[in-house]
Amino acid sequence: MKILLLADEAIAQGALDGGLSAVYAYPGTPSTEITEYIQKVGTGIHSRWSTNEKTAMEEAVGMSFVGKRSMVCMKHVGMNVAADAFMNMAVTGVNGGILVVAADDPSMHSSQNEQDSRYYGKFALIPVLEPSNQQEAYDMAYEGLELSEKLGRPVMLRITTRLAHSRSSITRREPKPQNALKFPSIERQFILLPANAKKRYADLLASQALYKESSENSAYNQYIDADNKKLGIIACGISYNYLMENYPEGCPYPILKIGQYPLPPKQVFKLLEECEEILVLEEGYPLIEELVKGYTSKGLKIHGRLDGTLNRQGELNPDLVAKALGLKTEFNTTIPEIVKMRPPALCMGCGHRDMYEALNAVMEEYPNGKVFSDIGCYTLGALPPFKAIDSCLDMGASITMAKGAADGGLFPSVSVIGDSTFTHSGMTGLLDAVNENTNITVIISDNETTAMTGGQDSAGTGKLEAICAGLGVKPEHIRVLVPLKKNFEEMKQVIREEIEYNGVSVIIPRRECLQTLKRKKKQ
Amino acid sequence: MASKARKAPYKFSRKRINMNTNIILSGVGGQGILSIAAVIGKAALNNDLYIKQSEVHGMSQRGGDVQSNLRISDSPIYSDLIPLKGADLILSLEPMEALRYLPFLKEDGWIVTSSVNFVNIPDYPNAEEIINEIKKHKNHVLIDVEALAKQAGSLRTANMVLLGAALPYLGLPKEYIEQGVKDLFASKGEDIVNLNLKALNIVRS
Repeated sequence: MKILLLADEAIAQGALDGGLSAVYAYPGTPSTEITEYIQKVGTGIHSRWSTNEKTAMEEAVGMSFVGKRSMVCMKHVGMNVAADAFMNMAVTGVNGGILVVAADDPSMHSSQNEQDSRYYGKFALIPVLEPSNQQEAYDMAYEGLELSEKLGRPVMLRITTRLAHSRSSITRREPKPQNALKFPSIERQFILLPANAKKRYADLLASQALYKESSENSAYNQYIDADNKKLGIIACGISYNYLMENYPEGCPYPILKIGQYPLPPKQVFKLLEECEEILVLEEGYPLIEELVKGYTSKGLKIHGRLDGTLNRQGELNPDLVAKALGLKTEFNTTIPEIVKMRPPALCMGCGHRDMYEALNAVMEEYPNGKVFSDIGCYTLGALPPFKAIDSCLDMGASITMAKGAADGGLFPSVSVIGDSTFTHSGMTGLLDAVNENTNITVIISDNETTAMTGGQDSAGTGKLEAICAGLGVKPEHIRVLVPLKKNFEEMKQVIREEIEYNGVSVIIPRRECLQTLKRKKKQ
Repeated sequence: MASKARKAPYKFSRKRINMNTNIILSGVGGQGILSIAAVIGKAALNNDLYIKQSEVHGMSQRGGDVQSNLRISDSPIYSDLIPLKGADLILSLEPMEALRYLPFLKEDGWIVTSSVNFVNIPDYPNAEEIINEIKKHKNHVLIDVEALAKQAGSLRTANMVLLGAALPYLGLPKEYIEQGVKDLFASKGEDIVNLNLKALNIVRS
């Protein structure tokens, strides 16, 4: 029976059917729906949200240690947070299979950058899978857990926004049982003391030939021959679809369809030898384009994002690929002038709005002050009518940037961070500030959820005052408010007082997210 | 109220249908374009057709412009995204949002849109000018979905009213869509199913 699933959901179902025991994740577009699906349908599977991507990754390694299969899901920038654990677990290797799902967001639909997670796979020297459609997403998750176990290493599954959030029908396979508890058979596998780490790393290096062999024999890497050798095309992941969209009757040029990395060397050499020029289609950075340039020394022309055949920035689509192939395109059509931009905005009645209105009113009294903000709905405070913030860098940076700026002489130095972002990566920075009694004012705008990604549980709900006090913020400078219009004057007063206090203050305007409230009322 | 619907572009045989329709669904985050997609998706899946439906999640859902590319066919579909001038239909819950995707509409494609403006930006254009711009495109259906939804019994059925207005252009028999509505709302009880079926058929009646 066929079921209609987002690629994110297909990955979840594939992993569930592939004998999964646990998913660990922190919400992040476009990866969130993977874990949400398992929370909905997975029985007896661990699926509660982790506090951040690093804790998620490490929890998965623990699950692997006892022989069970786990999946870790995050958006591309989450890989940066989890990178310490990720790089080192490639060295330890796995006992139970681990699938690391990295969901990239080229074109930055909902992100600060468009980094390409395949580099992390290459950096860690592990195999990477990249599906072109929803069925492959299912199959790769299903098989990826077993592949990881077979190779004794974590395997990465890389997707991009367009696939993550696109539905199609998939066919399920025979569900496998979960693994039984089983300790590692390799002696001291997970102890990365230098002497042992050297052994484990040597083993990882020695395994590279095996991973190439695995790619060479992978059903996801296909050499599709054709008569016209003027051009050879390497099509990675979803870009294969954009290519074929332009050739519904079949592509006239040979194609090397890539779904598993490292690249299969024999197939790449065959394409380079047989074709006069090469076009590389890949979402994200020109990773394969650069690599393939290294494969050839005879001046073969390699086209792609580096030589301007394709856009260097942003995702691909059927039209951009058509242009790269020299086919007819319709780029001359334009949107009527009457159509205006409609950027996202904070919901009407949202507590962040009341918080920003009070903060803006107070900051008018301090023309030299700056407000450092963070990642979440409240980042929309950058846009009119608020224009309330001066920065948005990465998860947690509002507190640490405010500290650095205060160290440099800024006053007032204010931080605005959400509750979920605070527990994700803000707490450690707050400890830095407490230890030096830095003169900063931290506003934790608490809507008791992870709102931007759709209202997932927030790790710190009900614990924020205790966390701040535990880190050493003086209790009299932890101020809780209810962000409502009627409390405008009180909010202004409290913000002013805490700015004037020479030390670390935390203000917590707390009111539940309207979206989660609406959902609760419906139930 | 509505410009008169023209002749349906597809003919159906009872047994096996030949079809290939590309639809752009558009609106403003929170309006609920995805439930329209879900009905069509069910209809396609029930009848063993190929389908791809890309959605927008994340930041834009907070009151920004949102769209979904929906492709249904009797043969395999490659791209999740519809190429420029590749859409047979723009189905929009908001009139200005219908215009945003014009570069994707085929010359002879249809615009089926709600005429009700959703104003959440300070520079929202003059409502009449938007309507005039839509009327420049020969194949259009403008419909006051809110009035008809109220008539059907609930404002919340606006999506189904709009879908009903688009029935001639979907390339799918009406029965497929009705079954899709039944499947989607089945868990909510017979009354909700009937309410939505009424909304679906209100433009016809």
